[in-house]
Amino acid sequence: MFSSGYTFSFSSEPRNHQRKMGTTTLFSRDSSFASQGVVIGQCLSQGHSEEWATIRIEKGVKKPQPQMLKIPAANGIIERDETPMEKEIAGLHRMEFRFSDIFYFCRKGFEAIVEDEVTQRFSSEELVSWNLLTRTNVNFHYVSLRLTVVWVIGVMVRYCFLLPLRFTLAAIGITSMIVGTTVVGQLPNGSLKNYLSEVVHLTCSRILVRALSGTIHYHNKENKPQKGGICVANHTSPIDAIILTNDGCYAMVGQVHGGLMGVIQRATVKACPHVWFERSEIKDRHLVTKRLREHVADKNKLPILIFPEGTCINNTSVMMFKKGSFEIGGTIYPVAIKYDPQFGDAFWNSSKYNIVSYLLRIMTSWAIVCHVWYMPPMVRKEGEDAVQFANRVRSAIARQGGLTELPWDGGLKRAKVKDSFKEEQQKNYSKMLVRNGSQGNLPAGTESD
Amino acid sequence: MRKSKRSRRRRASPTVRSLACTVASPASTKAKMALLDLFIRTCCILALLSREDFQRIPELAINPLGDRIINAFFSEGEDQVNFRGFMRTLAHFRPIEDNEKSKDQNGPEPLNSRSNKLHFAFRLYDLDKDDKISRDELLQVLRMMVGVNISDEQLGSIADRTIQEADQDGDCAISFAEFVKVLEKVDVEQKMSIRFLH
Repeated sequence: MFSSGYTFSFSSEPRNHQRKMGTTTLFSRDSSFASQGVVIGQCLSQGHSEEWATIRIEKGVKKPQPQMLKIPAANGIIERDETPMEKEIAGLHRMEFRFSDIFYFCRKGFEAIVEDEVTQRFSSEELVSWNLLTRTNVNFHYVSLRLTVVWVIGVMVRYCFLLPLRFTLAAIGITSMIVGTTVVGQLPNGSLKNYLSEVVHLTCSRILVRALSGTIHYHNKENKPQKGGICVANHTSPIDAIILTNDGCYAMVGQVHGGLMGVIQRATVKACPHVWFERSEIKDRHLVTKRLREHVADKNKLPILIFPEGTCINNTSVMMFKKGSFEIGGTIYPVAIKYDPQFGDAFWNSSKYNIVSYLLRIMTSWAIVCHVWYMPPMVRKEGEDAVQFANRVRSAIARQGGLTELPWDGGLKRAKVKDSFKEEQQKNYSKMLVRNGSQGNLPAGTESD
Repeated sequence: MRKSKRSRRRRASPTVRSLACTVASPASTKAKMALLDLFIRTCCILALLSREDFQRIPELAINPLGDRIINAFFSEGEDQVNFRGFMRTLAHFRPIEDNEKSKDQNGPEPLNSRSNKLHFAFRLYDLDKDDKISRDELLQVLRMMVGVNISDEQLGSIADRTIQEADQDGDCAISFAEFVKVLEKVDVEQKMSIRFLH
């Protein structure tokens, strides 16, 4: 598995593989192991990310493997048999229990143990080739002296040169945000205030983005969210909000925090009508919906920015959207955000790192590179309920960003799965055991218990 | 780096689990060593999995037979499974390769032979390990699979009928031989195998 493979290449042109093999090889995978990175690359092989997957495959695999491109994005390292329970167990019509019924559940269970779709979304994405950050080298493996020297130089550059610069910039950015919004907040309400508050917000978030060495590519700017709308996006990290604010002003929605965050929140709300909820208020769904509705109804107010997943996901997939934001009404402007993991991992694994160590990691990465796609607005159709609408929006975002779509709840990061899902499986199975006539062309009453 | 006390017992990362399963596929010794290397360094020296680690997998938690499957990893009275035990249980699901059939007839039967796969399934039914599936044990498994959707009487009659059909020596319980006979036409190799993509 760690046999010599391809070389680490920091630039975007492929090096001469043959020459370097065996010397500065590192996190290499041989072709027999369908490297998760390559497969994840395939998961991205949609839309704009087409070139990423191909580049990864070119760089990552020694010998050309064109057949890899045909693997559907859903497959990981094992071959999954997606025949539904009904077909596999029922087979030819029969309404009785067989000992072999257990095989279906057994295999599904083991497939889940080997590779399940959900838990892998709560940890950082694996890379095809190492980017000289220790944090992405899951199993530190000493390869060669030359590489270690390169890595040490990298560490020194990042910690001694980049970090202080970035920290200074961030401090400047935050201070000017607080001071600027407080000053603007003193002005009387009017178009001048709105204009100035927009200027302040944009400038400060641009400073903050530079502080993270962020390179953001915006696509389809004509679809940018308009006033009175709701902007929904997939959530990967707390800096998502800054990334979006870099290009336009939004009204943020969130809980009131203490500390520095609270100071920023209190300052900004004076200049611009953000919607901050107290902790007690946020539990009351009706209150939340009411306030958001009022905000949306006022066409002069900035578009609301909401992250319906509710928690940070590792940017390889989009998980279930909570329906609350889709019940408010109004136009939804979906936005897809995709980070390039090669330069720095933006995902915040909140169960592992607190916010301070997360920010430290971000500031000592090489850069934050991401793509933002603005998508055409969507409204709820006739006869569509909030859940279906949420799913529709989610599919659109997933397709655009080249992410996979999962119906699972992001809350599973911490909580246990609800029993109702298990009960549903049990119900389906018992239907096959007992109910008559579920197979179309057989007369009812052939089998009775 | 991240080896806090809490992380010592944390579940094996998805990488580790997935890589651990390549042992179930034909892998060279070198790969196995690298694998063990990886497992140990990622999880800690005393790499152990507990039942909670398995239950955290949502897709396994919603499987009606999830608890039985998890129990299959743990031997009698044990609450933790180490890498070796994990591998052994997973090895049952290795696909049967053609070139293995002619190998080593005198050696011990590989874990993924048809007979061992069937034995594994038999043990899922047979809780008390007396080499017989009694009516009660069958009822328990049935109850796990159907939940609350079928009444006791119906379930009882299903169980009775199943035992009646399979039972040959009239002891109202299914022995392993009878179990094998019932499943002789079933393609066990295909149903109880997990194939790795290459």
